[in-house]
Amino acid sequence: MIRKILQIPAAEVLPSRGAVMGGQGIPRWTTPNGKISQLADDALSLYGEKARPAGILMEIPRDEFGTVFQGRGSNEEESPVGPIYRASDRLALFAVTVGEAVCAEISRLFRHNDFALGSMLDSAASEGTEMAARAVEDFYRTHLRDTGMLDSLGGTLCFSPGYCGWHISAQEALFNALRPGEIGIALNESFLMQPLKSISGVIVAGRKEIFDFEDTFSFCRDCRTHSCRDRISSLLEQ
Amino acid sequence: MGIIQELSESLQRGDAGKVAELTRRAIDGGLDTKTILDDGLIAGMSVVGERFKSHEIFLPDVLLAARAMVAGMEILKPLLVREGIPAIGKVVIGTVQGDLHDIGKNLVAIMLKGAGFEVIDLGNDVSPQRFLDAAQKENAHVIGMSALLTTTMPVMKAVVDLAKERGVHGRTRIIVGGAPLSADYAREIGADAYCFDGTSAVECVKKLLGRS
Repeated sequence: MIRKILQIPAAEVLPSRGAVMGGQGIPRWTTPNGKISQLADDALSLYGEKARPAGILMEIPRDEFGTVFQGRGSNEEESPVGPIYRASDRLALFAVTVGEAVCAEISRLFRHNDFALGSMLDSAASEGTEMAARAVEDFYRTHLRDTGMLDSLGGTLCFSPGYCGWHISAQEALFNALRPGEIGIALNESFLMQPLKSISGVIVAGRKEIFDFEDTFSFCRDCRTHSCRDRISSLLEQ
Repeated sequence: MGIIQELSESLQRGDAGKVAELTRRAIDGGLDTKTILDDGLIAGMSVVGERFKSHEIFLPDVLLAARAMVAGMEILKPLLVREGIPAIGKVVIGTVQGDLHDIGKNLVAIMLKGAGFEVIDLGNDVSPQRFLDAAQKENAHVIGMSALLTTTMPVMKAVVDLAKERGVHGRTRIIVGGAPLSADYAREIGADAYCFDGTSAVECVKKLLGRS
């Protein structure tokens, strides 16, 4: 079972200008004015300078993950994560961050009334963190494929505490097992990660069909993104 | 073009340096402080808000204008205090307990300030007690709460319940916002309104306080 720390080059998880602008609500088909384009470039340059992306990955046996998933017993009665992980072939806990410096810079910019650049950098850092999580998932999937543990009928999908009925208090058990303090991620008493631009969760590997679920759970009503739809679609393309 | 109109237009362009310069010139020229505030700065931000709402401009344009607003307000504020000119309302705002995501809340606070409200920003991870203590201490007209995680949304209901318990619900209006929220949820927990973004928060607070 692997446990690995990944130092991810910032250039590998540098968001596109379009993605950063998308985070600001600017559609890709529009041509923003020169000031906005300059802000996006400045934000990406700051992100490149301040971001220190890193990830940690650790495989975990299914029964041990059951304890992590259960956490403090606060999960929703029904969650898609339960049946999916029970039907999985392999599981790996993971955490990624783009580091404290970029988060501190966002706060500094807001404190100094540079709201537009602060907000643009926030979008860049959010997208960069998502890209770092995808980089760790890609690494794990490639590892499984290279070692013959995942064939073309299989794929991977990530889930995080705080989403899909998996209560955020499960972060405590996840952190105890994974120990992401080694890459500078700490958990506060509200079970939120610091630096804020961090993502943790589980990468589930298994046959693609185990991941197919409808977004009709009670908590899906409160979810505005329904990003599970896109993630399931890209899984089917893996 | 008069200096007030020029001030408003400079603010709309997000030209903080020009706004500061024109605010100083307007004061030196003996213009009434409230006129500079209402017809120059707030009027400019109001146009920005309308243009954002109609998708003519984007969030960064609004934030550049907000920075220009702050540049003008920093010069004007000592005069407003000295002349006893009150803000149009007082809002206590924060991200609820258990949640550290404050970007949305910051944007709402910026827009409310731009519209002439006094905003007391409690930051993030704010407990129901802190919301109510601050609102009561400051005699706030509105409590604004933000949450990004579905798991922290119940804290909003705890704030509404505590406001009822302390007898301030109704007197102090409660607004909520954040990615996973909806108008239905706001109604369900007994909040006065759900605000989709900073612009709608301004409209919503004005409406709740009869300032629109």
